[in-house]
Amino acid sequence: MELIRHNLPALIVVTPLVMGLLTSIIGRRGLGWWMAMATTAAGLAMSVQLLVDVLSQGDRTVEYLMGNWPVPFGIGYSVDPLNATVLLIVSLLSAVITLYARKSVASEVPAGKLNFFYALWLFCITGLLGITITGDAFNLYVLLEISSLSTYTLVALGKERNRRALTAAVNYVVLGSIGACFYLVGVAYLYMATGSLNIADIAERLQPIYASWGTEAPIYQKTVITGFAFMAVGLSLKLALFPLHGWLPNAYTYAPSSVSALLASTATKVGAYAFIRVVFTLMGVGFAFGRLHTDVALMLCSGAAILVGSWLAIRQNNVKKLLAYSSIAQIGYIALGFALANKDGITASVIHLFNHALTKGGMFLALGVVMYRVGGTRLQDLRGLGRKLPLTMGAFTAGGLGLIGVPLTSGFISKWYLVSACLEQGRYELAGIVLVGSVLALVYVWRVVETIYFGKREDEVTVREAPASMLVPTLILVGASIYFGVDSSFTTHLAGEAADFLLKVKP
Amino acid sequence: MQIVLDYYNYWACILIMMIGFYGIMAKSNLVKKVISLAIFQTGILVFYISTGKIDGGTGPVRVADGAAEAVYSNPLPHALMLTAIVVGVSTMAVALAIIVNIRQAYGTIDEIDIETMEHERGE
Repeated sequence: MELIRHNLPALIVVTPLVMGLLTSIIGRRGLGWWMAMATTAAGLAMSVQLLVDVLSQGDRTVEYLMGNWPVPFGIGYSVDPLNATVLLIVSLLSAVITLYARKSVASEVPAGKLNFFYALWLFCITGLLGITITGDAFNLYVLLEISSLSTYTLVALGKERNRRALTAAVNYVVLGSIGACFYLVGVAYLYMATGSLNIADIAERLQPIYASWGTEAPIYQKTVITGFAFMAVGLSLKLALFPLHGWLPNAYTYAPSSVSALLASTATKVGAYAFIRVVFTLMGVGFAFGRLHTDVALMLCSGAAILVGSWLAIRQNNVKKLLAYSSIAQIGYIALGFALANKDGITASVIHLFNHALTKGGMFLALGVVMYRVGGTRLQDLRGLGRKLPLTMGAFTAGGLGLIGVPLTSGFISKWYLVSACLEQGRYELAGIVLVGSVLALVYVWRVVETIYFGKREDEVTVREAPASMLVPTLILVGASIYFGVDSSFTTHLAGEAADFLLKVKP
Repeated sequence: MQIVLDYYNYWACILIMMIGFYGIMAKSNLVKKVISLAIFQTGILVFYISTGKIDGGTGPVRVADGAAEAVYSNPLPHALMLTAIVVGVSTMAVALAIIVNIRQAYGTIDEIDIETMEHERGE
């Protein structure tokens, strides 16, 4: 046990990787899901244990050296309250969605490909967990590509339902690779300036470089600024921040239901985490926000994301696409939170990572039930389902209330912190944008809810409530999002720890 | 002029990357798009490797005697780029596999043709 506990940070990434390889070579049909389920359940247990370990440490960090090579020569994994929280989000959501996936995926993916589907599923989770836990800038790139490559394939597997999944996937391949390449170029510039790849080590070596700026002989000024610019743009593509969100709507819409849920609730969250890590730990807030005023650009982008994302969501007729555009707006809230760079802002950002993952995950799962029972997710497919699928549609509605930010849902907690962070900085216009975004959310959620409960179906087909294996995970996620709206002490405590940790390292 | 000649390796990287980037933007044929992506990635490989070069540096092999005086080029970027090459090949493989599927589903690999087909179906 002691051995496992000591090696937790490595095991959390290696277990899904090895299990994914095994899943891809086993011949028995039906075994794939069991392996994925066992692995994600173990991952959840490990990340809970890791979070407990981190919070019990005095300095709130757990360091792990790969093969005992000291950093910066070897790859070091370092866990702090921020990435322990994101690890918990990823492993919790992946476990619950895997529980759901069995029937949904079997109905959308050909039987012969199921084992490969779950292998890719595990690789995707490997990459996401790895990005979150790694303390090495180049390692982050490799894991980013592991998760992206498996995601492209998972999206393309939606082709059995709609061939547009293929064009969505190829579009995502091109844009995703450009994003990853930009990040890689950014790492090259920082390596030229500092000669290191370890995130904490680069941050340390950047200090004398920053100190030389403004003096007679500034060193590496252009190099570091160019490197940061490349990294920021590359990661913004990955997290689908507003003007760079082009790949997201189609990829979410045409992917298999479970894949949409997994991507919406984890992939963009991990992208946001990587951005926060680069700004706060790697470059330092004093450089990125203080000297370069990236925060102003981020606020502009996230404000535009909230307004344009919500506005486009209102105009969609496919409910899956509506949720995808709503995700773009929600990413805006997350980015706005950390752009404000005060304690409430970062707390809001981290809480919203958690709450939005639960809410949007639950809503995509509810839509997956509609896909499974009715066969489509256009607005007319949902007409009058309120009476036929009471629990699923109830869950969808509760999730929708969370998106709006109605009190007693978790969305309210995030927005409360976000608005108070805006007011604390004297940014009244941003607080206004958050409120306008909520009103727009009310419009698009109402459009769907109205159709669900008051729409009339011409074809009186018999639609039965979802099977228990799909219903339970949906209710777990939506129930959790309501629970954390009523009693937010757990999420605010975690997010507060993360915010404290990030702001303490401020130079 | 001096800045061009002094840093000719970086200008070469910029040129290669921009050729690739132009192709990604401008070509509607998906295979050409993916090839452009590969060219773009190659530019990055050259960029990394040229950062590790030191004038007069030799390969990082320890020669017996006189090892202390020898100047080595930095081998780390080469090691990193081995990984990046693997990633690039995998990206190509995934992209081309998806394009094969697109060809089977649509009968064309031209982005504009596909958009018009989907538009006519009213999606």
